[in-house]
Amino acid sequence: MAHYVPPKQGKLSQLFDVIVLMALTFGALYIPMFMGLAGGVKTVPEGAGQTWEAMGQNATQIAQYNALGLTKPGFTDPAAISDIINARYDYSFSVTALLVMVVIIVAYYVLMLKFSETEYREVIAEKFDK
Amino acid sequence: MAEFDITSKERDGMGPHGTNVGLLRVLGPAHVWALGVGIVLVGEYMGWNFAVGKGGAYAALVACWFAGILYTCVAMIDSEVTSTVAAAGGQYTQAKHIVGPLMAFNVGLYLVFAYTMLEAANAITAGYLISEVARLTGYAGTLDQRPFIILSIMFLAWLNYRGVLATLTFNLVITAIAFAAIIILFLSTSGIIAPSMMHHADLFAGSAALPYGWIGVLAAMHFGLWYYLGIEGTTQAAEEVRSPARALPFGTLAGIMTLLIAATLTWYVCTGLIPWEYLGDGLNGSVAPLFTAALLTNSQPLVWLLGVGTLFATLASANGCINDASRAWFALGRDKYLPGWFGAVHPKFRTPYRSIIFLVPIALAFALKAPLDQVVTFSILSGLLEYTFMPLNMILFRKKWPMGSIKRGYEHPFHPLPSIVLLSLCAITFFAVFLGYGTQLVAMIAFYIVASLWFHFWRYRFVSRAAQFTMPWPRPKGY
Repeated sequence: MAHYVPPKQGKLSQLFDVIVLMALTFGALYIPMFMGLAGGVKTVPEGAGQTWEAMGQNATQIAQYNALGLTKPGFTDPAAISDIINARYDYSFSVTALLVMVVIIVAYYVLMLKFSETEYREVIAEKFDK
Repeated sequence: MAEFDITSKERDGMGPHGTNVGLLRVLGPAHVWALGVGIVLVGEYMGWNFAVGKGGAYAALVACWFAGILYTCVAMIDSEVTSTVAAAGGQYTQAKHIVGPLMAFNVGLYLVFAYTMLEAANAITAGYLISEVARLTGYAGTLDQRPFIILSIMFLAWLNYRGVLATLTFNLVITAIAFAAIIILFLSTSGIIAPSMMHHADLFAGSAALPYGWIGVLAAMHFGLWYYLGIEGTTQAAEEVRSPARALPFGTLAGIMTLLIAATLTWYVCTGLIPWEYLGDGLNGSVAPLFTAALLTNSQPLVWLLGVGTLFATLASANGCINDASRAWFALGRDKYLPGWFGAVHPKFRTPYRSIIFLVPIALAFALKAPLDQVVTFSILSGLLEYTFMPLNMILFRKKWPMGSIKRGYEHPFHPLPSIVLLSLCAITFFAVFLGYGTQLVAMIAFYIVASLWFHFWRYRFVSRAAQFTMPWPRPKGY
């Protein structure tokens, strides 16, 4: 196989590559966050109770919350921490959304392995076909 | 059989592509253990408790053990491949030699983002802890955490810039103290050396143990990874250990055993003292659960010990993360997968100094702007993508270089069982992340797809072909 000689990359082009990669990185991490789509969705059910009894807390649980109240203001008042106690994830999901996710993950790895294989064969050919 | 012998004690000075200036070979098995456990132990001090929030106390325990199995597979696979491909960049370098350049580029990015996000999470926790200490010692106002976040990252980056031996010796000491703090808290609260303070039966009463049922157990696997995330970082020190074949498997496997013990003890103490709703809310509730547990003991020495333990664990982890992320970035630059400017070694300190400096502002940007659970999830997702690559890598490694064709420093037993188990557990964890954090999962994969297309169709033209294959191995079978 003919020896491949890569072009020399100029400083400006190197800088541009770093900027592209950084833009992609910050985009992937920040865009979902700014759009409010990132993070777990925990919600407090409407009409959830705000007393120890209504929140189903037993004597030991209340005692531990009271003990936390010694070190963190507000924790002896059940209403003040009702959001923490009542908040729950909603794990209902659509099968379509799940299938879309599976397809995206599988497609990603297939793409990766396919392109890698093409590149790898070039590397091996150049390395070992003297 | 290739002449190259990974088990040779005299092998040294593997400079990049035949250059004379390589990284310094000064580390032993204890340093490898400290690098692995040092990065990960913070997972017991913060972050794991989001698993309680996603599924309840028992779900977090099941997640802890299943994640333990996942990481045992990771450690077994890693030990074999790394003890044979002993080069900086760890899994990145493995992917380059075994799967191909594009996969290697992606693995390099997984490593950099998993560790940089973990570093950011550590800095957030350190800032929180300092503000808690200020409050407990009588400071009335709200302490601005940002200067402490910035100082932590800058100090550790400076330490890394100066040299790897000092960095990892520092890690060895503070990791040992943080681990001892967990043991002492367990002994003091579980009834072994003092009356028991545990309330498991009452705190698990009613629906408290499994509030979401079995789907909660699946969902908890997402943050179950946090108990151990980063143990695979031991491979990043491959070019800097004196004897890779001995030190890497020993340090990594000892590390995973240490973490299994620490994770189980942490779960036991925290769930026995803290109500699950508070424990499971790592944003508004228990940010640092072992510290919260110590507060509930009403023992000042324990509060101070676990405060110091939390601080040391976060510093050790951030320190190891800077070490690992910079080496992965350095390796990408050295091979021109990224601009070659990043592939420089400091002439005096022999560290990848440009990569260390470059990653500092990225870590700061996330530590100062993003909430803890999202930073943790970004890190976990990059880790998860990497663990999914590992079984594919292992299967191809054994296929391309069957046993006996090259000398391996360590051969893991029961192949391909660990690879199959690892792949199955990764699939379950993808589903766990999908439950509650699906958008982030899709956004991250979209990023990697776009970055891959960019690499394949643009960046790869600057990469020499044969020069990427630096191991003195025979031609892979089937090529």
